[in-house]
Parts: sequence; structure tokens; C-alpha cells
Amino acid sequence: MAVQTVPRTTTPPGPPPPRRRRRDGQARAAWLFLLPSFIGFAVFTAGPVLAAGVISLLDWNLFSPPTFAGLDNFWRLGDDPTFWSALVNTGYFTLASVPLTIAVSLALALLLNRGLRRIAVFRSLLLLPYATITVAVAFVWIWLYIPTGGLVNAVLGLVGIDGPAWLISDTWAMPALILMSVWKGFGFGMVVFLAGLQAIPQQLYEAARVDGASPWQSFRSVTIPMLSPSFFFVIVTSIIGSFQVFDQALIMTNGGPGTGTTTLVMYIYRTGFENYEQGYAAAQSLVLFAFIAVITGIQFLLQRRLVHYDN
Amino acid sequence: MTTELTRRLVVFTCFLVTAVTLIPVVMMVIVAFQSDAESMAATPSFWPTSWHPENLERAFDLVPLGQYLLNTVIFAGGTTLLETATAALAAYAFARLEFRGRGVLFGIYLATLMIPTQVTLIPQFVLVAKLQGIDTWAGMIIPHAFTALGVFLLRQFFLGIPRDYEEAARIDGANRWQAFTRIILPLAVPAIATLAVFKFIGQWNNLLWPLVISNTDATRTIPVGLQAFQDTHGTQWNLLLMAATVTTVPLIVIFFLTQRWFVRGITMSGFGGR
Repeated sequence: MAVQTVPRTTTPPGPPPPRRRRRDGQARAAWLFLLPSFIGFAVFTAGPVLAAGVISLLDWNLFSPPTFAGLDNFWRLGDDPTFWSALVNTGYFTLASVPLTIAVSLALALLLNRGLRRIAVFRSLLLLPYATITVAVAFVWIWLYIPTGGLVNAVLGLVGIDGPAWLISDTWAMPALILMSVWKGFGFGMVVFLAGLQAIPQQLYEAARVDGASPWQSFRSVTIPMLSPSFFFVIVTSIIGSFQVFDQALIMTNGGPGTGTTTLVMYIYRTGFENYEQGYAAAQSLVLFAFIAVITGIQFLLQRRLVHYDN
Repeated sequence: MTTELTRRLVVFTCFLVTAVTLIPVVMMVIVAFQSDAESMAATPSFWPTSWHPENLERAFDLVPLGQYLLNTVIFAGGTTLLETATAALAAYAFARLEFRGRGVLFGIYLATLMIPTQVTLIPQFVLVAKLQGIDTWAGMIIPHAFTALGVFLLRQFFLGIPRDYEEAARIDGANRWQAFTRIILPLAVPAIATLAVFKFIGQWNNLLWPLVISNTDATRTIPVGLQAFQDTHGTQWNLLLMAATVTTVPLIVIFFLTQRWFVRGITMSGFGGR
């Protein structure tokens, strides 16, 4: 409140404080402010990342002393069919679920952005899946996917399609997981796109109309470029998220049939906490990290060319 | 004429899409009230022939659901409080104070956003185990209370607060701590609330870390507890989905109460495409 009581214009400039002392004081204050976060960060994030590098070189079951294994854990990845299967499954999941989630999010954001008066009600209801517990709704989806009489197949039956035994089918278990994940996750992208759409200046559309642009042309040349920061943010976070998919796969299929829906994270969890091979699990996690780093790096490079920032 | 038709079409589509989207949530609640026989029949029925509100009590008798709920509040609440507090302090230093190595350190913070939690999972587990932290609140909460994301989001917001406000307070005799707590924090409430909601929902949902660190009902959280439900009791759908309903409701209530912050926060953080 003191802010208002001191009009800035009346403050005399005063003698400048000795420069060096002032900066030292600032640095000390800065470190005091930083310290709690920095310690936690160093101990629980930076340290563990380095430790993962060390552990990946060990043969270690947590109980007996570790032995040095060199790069054995990494070589072993080469002829581990489950690891490759997990990698392919995670890639499949990502390639299908990310574009689908983005398409659904964008379509719904465009629909909700039509200037409806009661839009907030629809927005809230459509955000509901995002606000549920993944494990809890995964159980509901098992039930919806029951082969005979489950709601999904009952609806398919109405249009004459004989639905598969979703969660135990080699072909359909992964699409079933993807459908559930899109349902669970589209709300976040929808809000981001909606915020993006509402930030687009209306004059741009008017200018496009004056120039004789069709609705499709103004969508392509105004909406899409203006939304590119939202696209970038949603794509990066969705890809990182889908590389880490775990909960729904564990509950709904437990990685099966066979290793058909075993994801990388599930395999890392199994290796580390069911088979107690910490070194091997750490090596897997570093490979996952490398994939994410490469993909994120490519996205940032593309961002420079494709993402349009206003300022 | 056309616009009126378009408007109706939009409203109709909104209704239709929303109805389809909500089916799983509605089914969760409906099955929760079905009888044992009905919910476990080979062919599921969608509408109960009779309603069984006593399923609520039975679900609580079958597993310590109340305990799981309390544990989840402690875990999600604890990580959220600690994270927002430390992130706000660090974000202030990164946004306002000059010190050697600021750029480099902030760069390192940002780079760790890319690290999947699984990379740190095993070392964190080993560390917590060595410190005798398995099955303790400290062991569950502290490792998950520091993320670069919080620092990043709050710094973005602090940068947008005019420096004049603070400088006026400083001239008035306030020290840095007072400028931070009396000027910056009150102005940053929307951003801090956004971060808190994100974090709280994320941790309420967190399965992997509690699965690894919590071994007994004393610390077991809901996502882990629901899973144990399935293992020990087969698939008694009505009680399982009753438990799922009960544990989802608080999250939905919190989400709806804070949704305004959440939506504003996404817009303000610049991701919305400003």
C-alpha cells in the first residue's frame, strides 16, 4: 500500500550507491532466494540424472553390492526383443495419439469459439475427462470395452459391425488404448487452442474478408499461423507425455496381449522394480531420454521456421 | 436466417459432442450403483434394474478408501505447497535479481524440462531408500516437490510485473524480502494458483512414484489403492467403480472451482499464442 503513498516524481535521485557493493548484495540476496529450489533441484533432479548415467554402467539388484558392467546394459538392449517391442509400441502410440488428440482439441476449440453465450458450460463439461483420475477411468474403459455387451461393441452392433475383443486382440488393444488416451487428454489442448483463438485480433479476419478470402482461406492464412505457438506448445507437451504413457496401459492391458501394449515406461518399471535390474532399467531410461531429446530438438529447430510469434 | 441456422447447428453439435464425451463418466457412476450380479454379468447392462446406494459403504469396508483419500490429500497437498513456495522464490531471483551465472543456471533448469521422470525414477528411489525414506511422507513428497516447470511459469509472470511497483516500495524503505512478499506475491496470485492447480491435479493422478515408494496403507494413495482393489478382489465392478467415483469427485470439484484460474493461467503464460 506504500506504493501509492510515494509519488515517484517527487523522489529525489539521491547519491548513487557504490556500485560494486550494491551488486554483491544483490547476488547474495539472489542466492538466498534461489537456495531452497536449487538444493532440491540439485539433489532430486540434476544429481539423479547424473546418477542414472553411473547406474546404467552397473550390474545392480539394489540388495547386493553393484559390479561394474561397462556398456553391457546398452549392448543388451540391442538383442532384447521386449525392449524393441516397447519402443515400437511407444512410437505407434505417439504417432497415433498425438495427431488425433490435436485434431480433436482443435476441432472442439473451433466449435466452442463460435461466440456462444453459454460456452463456459460446454467448456467445463468437455474438460471433465481431463479432470478425472487416469487409473479410475481406465477401469471404466475396461468395462466399456467388454467384447459382448460392452457399450463400445453394443454401439458398433447397431450399425452392423461385429466389434473385436478390444483389449485382448493383437490388432485392437493398442487402438483401444489410444482411443481412451485421446478421450482423457484432449481437454488440455482444447483450452490452449481456445486461449490462442481468442487472442487472434478480429481485424485480421476483417482484412482477409475485405481481400476476398473464403472462410477456408482465412482459416489457412490467419488462424493457422496465428495459432502456431499454441500448436508448438501442445505438440511438444503431448509428445513428451505420450512417450511416458503408463497408467492406462498398466490397468487396461497390463502390457498384453504378449508384449503388444508394453510401453517403454512400463518396461523400465518392470525391469527396475519387478526384476530388480537397476542398471539395465537406467540404460533403458537414458535411451528414452535420448529419443525425447532428439525429437524435442528437431521440434525446436522446426519452430524457428514455422512458428510465428507476434512480437 | 443463415446465421441463426448456423448458431443452432453449433449448439446442437456442442450438445452431441459433450454427451458422447461424458458417457464414460456417467457409466462409472451408474455401474457404481448396480447390484453385484448385474455388474458382473457376462453381458453388461447399462441401466440398473435396482439401485444400491449401500455400495458406497461396502466399497469403504472393502478397502481403506478414506485413508487413501487422506493420503492423497497429504501427498498432493504437500508437494504442491512445497513446490509453489520454492518455485516462487527461485522465480523471483531469476526474474529480478542479477547474479553471476544466472543465464546458464536458468538454461540448465529449462533443459531439465525435457527429462522424462523415468530417468530420475531409479536414482531417486535409491536415494530415498538409502535415507530410510521408503513409506514415509518425507520420502514421498520431497523428491517430487521441485520442478523447473514451476520456476519457468512463475518467472514468465514476474517478468510481466512492472519494476516501478517494487522500486517504489524499495525507496519507501522496504527490503527485498518485503518487496517480494508484499508487492510481487499478491500480484502473482493468479499465476501461483495456476501452478498450484496443475501440480495438485498432476500429483493426485500420480501412479508411478507412489507405486514405487509406498508399501503400506499408511501412505498408499488413490491411484495405487484402486489398483490394489483389482488385484485382491477380482473385478467386482460395482464396488470398484463406486470407489473410482468417490475418489474422482473431489478432483473434479477442485478442478471446477479453480477452472477460471487454470484457463487464465494458460492464456497469461503466453502459450495461448500471444
